[in-house]
Amino acid sequence: MYPPEFLYTKDHEWIQVDESVGTIGITDYAQKELGDVVFVELPKPGDHVGSGESFGTVESVKAVSELYSPVSGEVTSVNNKLQNNPELVNSDPHGDAWLIRVQLEDRREVEKLMTAEEYEAYIAQEKAH
Amino acid sequence: MRYLPNSPADRQAMLAATGHAHIDELFEQIHSDIRLKGKLNLPGPLSESEILDFFRQAASESSRDYVSLLGAGAYSHYSPVVVDALLSRGEFFTAYTPYQAEIAQGTLQAMFEFQTMMTQLTGMEVSNASLWDGSTATTEAALMAMRVTHRQRVVLARTLHPEYRQILLTYVQNQDVTLVETPYEASGQIDLTQLESAVDTKTAAVVVQSPNFFGALERIPEIAAIAHRKGALLIVAINEPLSLAVVNPPTDADIVCGEAQSFGVPVSYGGPYVGFLTTREKFLRQMPGRLVGQTVDTEGRRGFVLTLATREQHIRREKATSNICTNQALFALAATIYLTLMGKAGLRQLAEQNLSKAHYAAGELRKIPGFSTPFAAPHFNEFVVKVPGDAERLLEKLRNEKIIGGLDLGKYYPELANHLLVCFTELVSRKSIDRMVEECRQFSA
Repeated sequence: MYPPEFLYTKDHEWIQVDESVGTIGITDYAQKELGDVVFVELPKPGDHVGSGESFGTVESVKAVSELYSPVSGEVTSVNNKLQNNPELVNSDPHGDAWLIRVQLEDRREVEKLMTAEEYEAYIAQEKAH
Repeated sequence: MRYLPNSPADRQAMLAATGHAHIDELFEQIHSDIRLKGKLNLPGPLSESEILDFFRQAASESSRDYVSLLGAGAYSHYSPVVVDALLSRGEFFTAYTPYQAEIAQGTLQAMFEFQTMMTQLTGMEVSNASLWDGSTATTEAALMAMRVTHRQRVVLARTLHPEYRQILLTYVQNQDVTLVETPYEASGQIDLTQLESAVDTKTAAVVVQSPNFFGALERIPEIAAIAHRKGALLIVAINEPLSLAVVNPPTDADIVCGEAQSFGVPVSYGGPYVGFLTTREKFLRQMPGRLVGQTVDTEGRRGFVLTLATREQHIRREKATSNICTNQALFALAATIYLTLMGKAGLRQLAEQNLSKAHYAAGELRKIPGFSTPFAAPHFNEFVVKVPGDAERLLEKLRNEKIIGGLDLGKYYPELANHLLVCFTELVSRKSIDRMVEECRQFSA
């Protein structure tokens, strides 16, 4: 379910690091919790995001939620497909519905994130609550 | 209806339940320096008939038989009796939107129609279900523009209502926001050259009012071009929306907001009024306040719902698009009823009446030696007149003749001492205009 090549945050974002660029999205668990996604608000390429800081919002029929970046750096690209097809977040959260790509400033930030196995244990615990 | 909410025994029972010996203990957080000690300085109780008598007499002394030429953001228009009759129906009689909104389909439909009419008048694509008043709507528009553009600088026309400018300043003075004022030129309109140099690539919005505070129509297409060249939004505030029945709607703007008091809401003492905010569909998600949408239920029947409520404060707290999205459902309803009654043709006729009265008055005033209308820009029902001598003395002379002669602009614009802002709506008869002109002629002599 959760790709082993991704790393995960407690805010339910994933990041796939390739060299010094990280691709960021929200997890399958997050999209299920949100329900039908109707709008995604993303930053612009060139904007700066900080680790643990909000970089946009995802709006479902139930709520508007903040998107938190796992890492710091400059946004190199954003997924424009989501502008007209926000439902991709529900259908393919780990693939087509990636949100932004970030040029990593500090690779050490990645070390604090969870592996797929750790994340699965974490959400199992969340579900138990 | 009972006016005595609880007896001393009720109060004792409540205090016993909360564990307080005296009601004063509940107010201990309020510093003793500012707490009221002793009783309010009010006369003793009166019977109901005495109270009614008191207010009737006060009303007859202050307002009866006066002709008012005051506008400046609050406009005296005739309101058909149907407006009040429908408003005071129990089903409608609250200023708030119900919290379990979908139960109140009638209220939602009225708001939906309010939104529809506001977009028809302003030429915008979407409208919210009303805001507190014109001044806060204008402030909300500026905040919205900052969210849309991610910029923190706003350029204001000096011809924007001075109190609207103050309200905006109150909101942003402790935030990292820069407000810049652009002067007006000899025509009474915003100075386009100065505006061009004031707007930069950090500017979120240009805010102008049209008709502006002097009653003059602004050059919206030119102003829009200046704003858009730098990626800023254009906000047009309108506090006499009746003008939209005869003036081109400001379709080059990005946000059109303002005051809808003209539509069936009495001027009262400056409120309660009703604000509106309309914009382009692409900015919908940054628009403050409530929005009513039309949909169908599971059986395909038409129904009305609150849409995009996820951005409102009761759900999104500090991240909400506004923290005073209190709308004015009751007065938005008044405006809806008023506009429905007037219809397109009626509204246009009324606007034409306002227009011709103001232009007749301006023409007559200009004939008096020493009087002039210094601003050459086109105007609707309001304009500035320069007075030979002390404007306050003229106002006093007019007051003695039961004419409230307009607003002394010197209070707001020191350079316009002895200039009056005067407004002529359908409620000012031709006879009253002639009477006012005659008083002015005597003043000049």
